[in-house]
Amino acid sequence: MDFLQPSTWDDALAAKAAHPDAVPIAGGTDVMVELNFDRRRPPALLDLTRVAPLTEWGTDGDMLRVGAGVSYRRIIEELGSKLPGLAMASRTVGSPQIRNRGTVGGNLGSASPAGDAHPPLLASGALVELASVRGTRRVPVDAFFLGPKRSVLEPDELIAAFLVRPGGVEQFAKVGTRNAMVIAVCSFALSLSREARRVGTGIGSAAPTPIRALEAEEFLAASLDWEARGPVPPSVARRFGELVAAAAAPIDDVRGTAAYRSHALSVLARRTLAWAWKGMA
Amino acid sequence: MRLNCTVNGEPRQADDVWAGESLLYVLRERLGLPGSKNACEQGECGSCTVYMDGTPVCACLVAAGQAEGRDVVTVEGLADGPVQQAFLAAGAVQCGFCTPGLVVAVHDLLARDSAPTDPEIREALAGNLCRCTGYEKILDAVRIAAAS
Ligand SMILES: Cc1cc2nc3c(=O)[nH]c(=O)nc-3n(C[C@H](O)[C@H](O)[C@H](O)COP(=O)(O)OP(=O)(O)OC[C@H]3O[C@@H](n4cnc5c(N)ncnc54)[C@H](O)[C@@H]3O)c2cc1C
Ligand code: FES
Ligand code: FES
Repeated sequence: MDFLQPSTWDDALAAKAAHPDAVPIAGGTDVMVELNFDRRRPPALLDLTRVAPLTEWGTDGDMLRVGAGVSYRRIIEELGSKLPGLAMASRTVGSPQIRNRGTVGGNLGSASPAGDAHPPLLASGALVELASVRGTRRVPVDAFFLGPKRSVLEPDELIAAFLVRPGGVEQFAKVGTRNAMVIAVCSFALSLSREARRVGTGIGSAAPTPIRALEAEEFLAASLDWEARGPVPPSVARRFGELVAAAAAPIDDVRGTAAYRSHALSVLARRTLAWAWKGMA
Repeated sequence: MRLNCTVNGEPRQADDVWAGESLLYVLRERLGLPGSKNACEQGECGSCTVYMDGTPVCACLVAAGQAEGRDVVTVEGLADGPVQQAFLAAGAVQCGFCTPGLVVAVHDLLARDSAPTDPEIREALAGNLCRCTGYEKILDAVRIAAAS
């Protein structure tokens, strides 16, 4: 097995083009588990931890552009107020040791339906920036995932960054058997933008890919009293919960049943709505 | 491949390192530092916790080559101090397999926060499993170390 260790972004893209079957490694919290257990034996690893631009974040027009290699710990510490939903989700990832190393780029790269970064990225309408020696493209995150652990990432491409328009009131909630070190049984993220009167949602661990609940978004955007911000009628909250649950396509597995996931999602949707609406005041 | 890094303050070199092996394997099998334990090899138990460039990480999840040029500190490199003494005083060690990882995690916690609350202690140690003690004595040890 080769170990490729580029120190610039251009070298990283050239290496991926020359070795499309090399497996990128960032925090290693998914890749190393597969190597340690002999589930994967790639011809080469492509270490991205020396590529400085991947660990930087800054503004890009009216968006925030966050390098794929920024760790969960730094998202929590440095971007907690700018990207509150993603920071909340990051706090639930693994343990301190995992958050010190694990990255959002790695979460996207693994494309697990249970990846905790995905629901808040979906809710806030994030773009994923993909790059190769052929050029750069920005894909809406809801078009990034193709199936369980599959995405539109091409063999010669790397994930450069994700972009989010900050300013939404955001919430995230996750169901698991305990607080720490838990893969979501299901999770839900909500983003409310008063200026745009936009509602964004993201569902985790309840369909072959992370998904948005489009009908629920439209219903809620049309039903909320954005101007006076009066209380959300219980009937609206209930219907929103039902539409979120209806958008999911859960299965029975070791972590929970489909019926439980649907029920839990409707509860999480109502709860996050109540929290977020309060946060608008 | 050849790996060069600083371990416990000294420049170390390992040869014939396989690209897919972990920093934990290098430390234990190539550099003669068996303090960091190998219990799960999947990031779940924290018994392999070491500092890399000052940050606690699971050594089992760091590819050996990623440690090139980095500064690694293992439990062997921590001076015997209040944390280890507190583990002894509190009876926080039974089989001892989890202890090296916990000592590093507690060392890091107290370096950042000399008077952590109980929820902060629990959060900081959420990545370290112990199958013997039931954790109460470990929490006692952290409180003792913080007070000393
Ligand atoms: C103990 C433990 C607990 C965990 N808990 C959680 C949890 O609670 N929630 C959760 O969502 N996940 C969890 N995970 C999974 C993992 O930590 C996350 O998926 C994390 O985001 C992976 O990031 P990484 O940088 O470590 O990725 P790596 O392991 O380095 O890479 C993951 C995948 O992404 C690819 N990749 C990485 N960077 C790029 C890039 N820039 N361009 C293209 N491809 C790239 C890699 O090739 C690989 O396929 C846990 C893992 C462990 C070991
Ligand atoms: S051996 Fe590394 S976390 Fe368990
Ligand atoms: S003392 Fe045995 S695992 Fe903790």
